[in-house]
Amino acid sequence: MAFSLKNTSRQFAFGLVALVAIAGFDVGSAKAVEVQEVVSKGGIKAWLIEDHLNPLLTIDFAFKGAGAATDPDGKLGRANMVSGLIDEGAGDMDSQTFRGLMENKSISLAYDAGRDDFTGSLVTLTRERPTAINLLKLSLTSPRFDDEAVERIRSQIVAGLKQEETDPGSMAQRAFFKSVFGEHPYARPVEGTFETVNGLKVADLRDFVKRSLARDNLVIGVAGDISAKELGPLLDEAFGGLPEKSRLPEIPAVTPKFGGDVKVISQDNPQSQAIWGQKGIARKDKDFYAAYVMNYILGGGGFSSRLTEEVREKRGLAYGVYSYLANLDQADFMMGGVATRNDAIGKSLSVIRDEWQKMQKDGITQDELDNAKSYLTGAFPLRFTSLGNLSGMLVGMQTEDLGIDFLDKRNDYVNAVSLQDVNRVASELMDPDHVTAIVVGKPEGKLTF
Amino acid sequence: MKFSSQRVLHRVPVVLPVLMLVLLMFAPFAQAGVFNPKTTTLSNGMQVVLVENHRAPVVTHMVWYKAGAADEIPGTSGIAHFLEHLMFKGTKTIAPGEFSKIVARNGGQDNAFTTWDYTAYFQNIARDRLGMVMEMEADRMQNLQLSDKVVLPERDVIIEERRMRTDNNPSALLGEQMRNALFMQHPYGRPIIGWLHEMQQLTTQDAMDWYKKWYTPNNAILVVAGDITMDELKPMAEKYYGSIPAHDVPKRVRVKEPTQHAPRKVTLTDARVGQPSMSRYYLAPSYNTENADQAPPLEVFSEILGSGTTSRLYKSLVVDQKLATTAGSFYDPVAMDLSTFGFYAVPRDGVQMADLEAALDDEIAKTLKDGITQKELDEARQRLLDSAVFARDSLSGAARTLGEALAVGLTVDQVESWPDRINAVTLDQVNAAARAVLDDKRSVTGWLLRPKGAKGPGMPTAPVTGEMETH
Repeated sequence: MAFSLKNTSRQFAFGLVALVAIAGFDVGSAKAVEVQEVVSKGGIKAWLIEDHLNPLLTIDFAFKGAGAATDPDGKLGRANMVSGLIDEGAGDMDSQTFRGLMENKSISLAYDAGRDDFTGSLVTLTRERPTAINLLKLSLTSPRFDDEAVERIRSQIVAGLKQEETDPGSMAQRAFFKSVFGEHPYARPVEGTFETVNGLKVADLRDFVKRSLARDNLVIGVAGDISAKELGPLLDEAFGGLPEKSRLPEIPAVTPKFGGDVKVISQDNPQSQAIWGQKGIARKDKDFYAAYVMNYILGGGGFSSRLTEEVREKRGLAYGVYSYLANLDQADFMMGGVATRNDAIGKSLSVIRDEWQKMQKDGITQDELDNAKSYLTGAFPLRFTSLGNLSGMLVGMQTEDLGIDFLDKRNDYVNAVSLQDVNRVASELMDPDHVTAIVVGKPEGKLTF
Repeated sequence: MKFSSQRVLHRVPVVLPVLMLVLLMFAPFAQAGVFNPKTTTLSNGMQVVLVENHRAPVVTHMVWYKAGAADEIPGTSGIAHFLEHLMFKGTKTIAPGEFSKIVARNGGQDNAFTTWDYTAYFQNIARDRLGMVMEMEADRMQNLQLSDKVVLPERDVIIEERRMRTDNNPSALLGEQMRNALFMQHPYGRPIIGWLHEMQQLTTQDAMDWYKKWYTPNNAILVVAGDITMDELKPMAEKYYGSIPAHDVPKRVRVKEPTQHAPRKVTLTDARVGQPSMSRYYLAPSYNTENADQAPPLEVFSEILGSGTTSRLYKSLVVDQKLATTAGSFYDPVAMDLSTFGFYAVPRDGVQMADLEAALDDEIAKTLKDGITQKELDEARQRLLDSAVFARDSLSGAARTLGEALAVGLTVDQVESWPDRINAVTLDQVNAAARAVLDDKRSVTGWLLRPKGAKGPGMPTAPVTGEMETH
């Protein structure tokens, strides 16, 4: 039943998504939210935001560097398949027993694999805390991978692959990653392929768990009805049984390749869906916030963005158009998307290209900068209205190494951005001649970006 | 009282595409005094509801109008949703498109949504800006200004919205056809976004007519959730909304469904279907219709039959018989008129749709014949009651639950006493309600299929090339 909580925290579940979302955390001067660092007797560390409004607890966690990029050749989709199976029976409980206990106690436990990280999320009523922690522990340390569950989850993954195969958005994403990452693991689909998913064996799944889920690559965020003192023993109980050290392959750094081409995947749709990308900027770069403010003004700010103004408001070409900064552990890039009727997609892309060029050449105005800052800093407390948001944010802060005082400092980072910073970064970063675009549909006429 | 976001049309995708994927789902409420709201009514008849929550210094401010797609005059489908878009196109004092920009400049987020029964507008913002957004919302309740110059490009936008949501998506197209087959007479069979050919004909005059007919404080509900008290809220609401003159609104006349005599079947075959699937809808009571007392038992029944991975359907079709990759049921009794009770299932590779449907029918028949057990009832009731605590965790969830209930004609008391009704549900009531509602003669079954001879799973997709393909 905890759909709202579960889904909110799952925003953080994908590698790529996590970073996008973090970039959107807008810290303001609002009521202080205190983040405590809790270290258990057994040495397990978690960041905690106490909140006793409701008898609820959310625990989000990530195993860093244990995502789909570590899938061996020929075993693509392994991390993803584990994420579907690790909560399908554990210890002496088969799937129906395990999940029956979860469902009857209103406990929500879910795992996900992104490109970089393997993540999990637990939501429970205070009343059911002991059961919830026990289920969490069993799933991490003694998942069963019974044949029935393996074949059932495999069938669900295959169904998802079949759906993605003809879904315009998924088709575009897959083609994009393939195009810009070439031979790098990031080029490969997180969910795998029909061939690799059908070939995965239980031994492969066990091997993943043994190597990937350990205490040295674990970060934990907790929010809700619990004190620091109560939390310590629960951390040991839930995570203490994990091996101390993970054994993960190193994922090499990569510079995505943006050749400046438009690729078309033909599909008989009334509307063409386009995504595009270009070089990006690292989360740790001193200019990250300048780029972040720039992107808000260009295409990150919903109705306030230049792209929305030009493509939707003035010309009625599309329902939505957006851009964002994307950061993976080993690659940074900038992306955007739009969907327009087939005979006008060329027009949309040309309007967007003009905005790209204008941003590069002329930058932004002081007025735009002021408006962006007031939004980005003022919207911060809106992120603090549910526990799932809070615990997810604490995990993001740790995986991105932003510091425990990030929530206090975030607005200063945004406020420190100057007009000169943004305009300099825009001229360096924006690169209309090296944008790679993928279009799915039946576009009419010649397309260029 | 579960709701799904499927019937909610947002005016714009949330900035990031990934966030679009995060469905807004609202946990049902439960346990005595679910949200403990405070209520009042302004002198002009506008209802006011407050849910206090002091976790963060922010508020959700929502205005709900009791008018939706099912109130449209035949031939103008989509006008309720179109007007929702046009409400952002300016007044005497606020230029077109400025509304959202002003909210953003103040660190807030805003949007709107339309269903068959209502249209709602909201802003999430710091508590000290509440007066400002109220002033703007009150302004556009009475001073909307429209011209072809802003209306016509926006009509193109809603048409693109339809292409994106429906025409580009075979599964959504089938859903549209199924609803239209289920409701033979009632306007719930009309798509909220509108039929394409009718959307193309909508005019500025249609929009102004709709606005003048329905947009008035006595047809609106103000819902605020967050860091504010009624002592603070009431004077503000009086100041900004209380001064707006009320005018009469027409009675919402909704035609009734005739007696239905035959199960209907809708099959959509499309080359764009990657994964086939099936679903079935039955006409079902809501809290506002005849047999409303069947609604709580049906909520419990849906929980037992098709909610989660240990439900009867999932266990039978997915785990034991291995015919489906997933299966479940849905039911949402919050509507002005009839609701739907439904099932869905996705076949495993190599399973024929007819075999899957037969197995689904068997499981339903078996459950209806033998009834559910006391243990199943107890567990389902507890799960539903627990969900109240989860519902309380989110500001917007509380505001939406209350706003929706009031907009379809329910009362705050009905929301707050929901746990009592769930608690009181008996075994006999569940079995009787299920037997009454799951009647094939009042159902539509939909199959989503790939064309015969289409390339099967595992075949490569269309190659990525730098060339335009012309087939």
